[in-house]
Amino acid sequence: MAATPQLQLRCCAASGCRSAGSEALQAALLAARDQLGGAADAVTIKPVGCLRLCGRGPLVAVDRSGGDGQEPSAGSTELYAELTPEQAPALLAAATGLGEGPAAAQRLDPAHPFFALQKPVVLEGCGVVNPESIDDALAHGSYAQLKRVLLECSPEQVRDQVKRSGLRGRGGAGYPTGLKWDTVALQPPGPRYVVCNADEGDPGAFMDRSVLESDPHRLIEGMAIAAYAVGAEQGYVYVRAEYPLAIERLRLALRQARGKGLLGGGIAGSSFNLRLEVRVGAGAYVCGEETALLASIQGQRGTPRPRPPYPAQKGLWDAPTLINNVETLASIPVILREGGDWYASIGTEGSKGTKVFALSGAVANTGLVEVPMGTSLRTVVQTIGGGVPGAEGPDGGVKAVQTGGPSGGCIPAHLLDTPVDYESLKALGSMMGSGGLVVMGETTAMPEVARHFMRFSVNESCGKCVPCRAGTVQLLQLLDRFVERRATLADLERLEELCTMVGATSLCGLGQAAPNPVLSTLRYFRQEYQAACRDPDQCEPLDACLLQEVTR
Amino acid sequence: MSVHTLTVDGVEVAVPEGASLLDAVRAAGVELPTLCHLDGLSPVGACRLCLVEMESSGHLQPACATAAGEGMAVLTQTPQLQHYRRMAVELFFAEGNHVCAFCVANGNCELQDVAVAVGMDHSRFPYQYPNRRVDASHPQFAIDHHRCILCTRCVRVCDEIEGAHVWDVANRGSECSIIAGLDQPWGEVQACTSCGKCVDVCPTGAIFRKDDTTGEKEANRERAGLLRSAREHHQWQNQ
Repeated sequence: MAATPQLQLRCCAASGCRSAGSEALQAALLAARDQLGGAADAVTIKPVGCLRLCGRGPLVAVDRSGGDGQEPSAGSTELYAELTPEQAPALLAAATGLGEGPAAAQRLDPAHPFFALQKPVVLEGCGVVNPESIDDALAHGSYAQLKRVLLECSPEQVRDQVKRSGLRGRGGAGYPTGLKWDTVALQPPGPRYVVCNADEGDPGAFMDRSVLESDPHRLIEGMAIAAYAVGAEQGYVYVRAEYPLAIERLRLALRQARGKGLLGGGIAGSSFNLRLEVRVGAGAYVCGEETALLASIQGQRGTPRPRPPYPAQKGLWDAPTLINNVETLASIPVILREGGDWYASIGTEGSKGTKVFALSGAVANTGLVEVPMGTSLRTVVQTIGGGVPGAEGPDGGVKAVQTGGPSGGCIPAHLLDTPVDYESLKALGSMMGSGGLVVMGETTAMPEVARHFMRFSVNESCGKCVPCRAGTVQLLQLLDRFVERRATLADLERLEELCTMVGATSLCGLGQAAPNPVLSTLRYFRQEYQAACRDPDQCEPLDACLLQEVTR
Repeated sequence: MSVHTLTVDGVEVAVPEGASLLDAVRAAGVELPTLCHLDGLSPVGACRLCLVEMESSGHLQPACATAAGEGMAVLTQTPQLQHYRRMAVELFFAEGNHVCAFCVANGNCELQDVAVAVGMDHSRFPYQYPNRRVDASHPQFAIDHHRCILCTRCVRVCDEIEGAHVWDVANRGSECSIIAGLDQPWGEVQACTSCGKCVDVCPTGAIFRKDDTTGEKEANRERAGLLRSAREHHQWQNQ
């Protein structure tokens, strides 16, 4: 019997599309499939993670196979956007070739640069696997590297591959991952911990959430490999409470992995043991700072402490602790599968591999983007992102791009050709950060942007050290004067003086980076600050003003 | 016992292993202002007044919370550090309600001393006049949050020396405040032993004896250090 053509509908079930109604859409699709009768067996409807173009959700991808019984592949895929539950029958009809599909405008072009220029490495399973099914994840190769590593490799060999890959921490600071692993592994014998930092709090950043919601088994596998490489038997994933769906799926994935013997005692028949637990944050941005995060895991107030000693030397309960970000750990399985050298062949000299960005703000295509390091900001913002909606001109109506959240800075449009890597962004007074890219159009006022981020820092300062606790409050009040156009040139001087002091003397990275949004906008948009200054000497004399009023 | 040799402002000093940079700075005879640090309590590095510059990297590190290492070279009095220190003291004064003239600790206040030491005679930052509370519910003591600089010495002495952990910090950022028990009136916290150590370690007039009026607070700031060394070395003052 000739195999009937197979159809697979992948419905995005990540937070972005869920907020646009993807759950109702999926239910409608399942109901519509039941109406198909005998043909229903050939149609698979599966919830998957993020399909990238979050701004136009809910998204559904339709995969066809050639009818020779092979698995549906991405080769012949159609992607539909902004679907309503009412359109479910039409979509199914179009997919099965029996009728007219949804409006043409809802059909997305997979060859569009938004999709074509992406290089999925961390996100390779994102939008492909069912995040709630370990069987589906296993079928797509999850845990294969963990099993192989436990059988074939020594911890040194694993660390060697990670060092060869040139992977650097994706949480923002860009510390070489292999070096960090070595530091933890080479501490004197005793207990060790591995911690995943999933306290993604930057405004406009949702990379880690997408990984957790779309492919949690990849993270668990990466963490297990990391634990094996540094000799840890206990680990924690610290997730912010604002990510309920991510927490739910991660907990489910952990239960499934334990059930399959991929976590716990004697993993996959080896002598390696690992217990992983979820710790949920309580709403403090500062808990993304590693020492505050560790304090929070220990049940203490989430405040940073001075380093050194670094967590790699003295972390959880004073034991050597490896802390990596979600994206860093999710890169590990691919690195071990393809080899460190393969990973190092992607990207630039100093920044290897790919980086996931969350593209948002005044940009046509909002969503999740993974590109090789070294891709220019212009490519990301204008070619992939499509520039500011409705705007024209060489810079696509872009005034600036904000990277790195409240710790980063604004990069002006004339520097859009900068390649995205750790050093280039730092040289511009911004930083890679975790990967939030907020695009700003021509109508954005830069002192207001700076004030927005300073207000964030004021609200999120833990209050431990005085420059951050009291200095940010003073900075915010100074910025108020600029936004309300009642500043003086002396205020401008004071603003810069205090920015320097807060940056130099704050205890942790948050306070040290809190002035960055101000400093970078001062660097590139100083005229906007100057225009907000009312210098009495530069004002026209009062009688001249009055005269103008009279003559008018 | 091994010894580390390092230089402070160009002066060579030797300190035992485990000593902090602050110990080394003091061994070199240099006076460094401190507020959150107190001998006998664990360091927190919060007031940022004892920041020193590492000559090799130019990084600033809190002397109280950084271990002295062999061959380190630190600078304590660069113009930049002095500038930052003064700004930090100004920020302290601007964020609370510090009115020396009728404060119990006037003349015996570390914040006042530090202001004199760094040459601060006014604040370039506007005063915030925060709306804070006074808790006089304890029979012997009171806490006036207007004068609190959040050094957390009271929190640490109560937890580390007295073992009662009456005090803690609530809220975030400029909303931070010291709380008794589960944010209860101090007098209702049964864990409080009324030992008075928090009164002794408080650098300002925030925690005081109700008997004291303007300028009358006399705090025994050595008490925490003496107790700790007594316990660790089993040596008491009268022995």
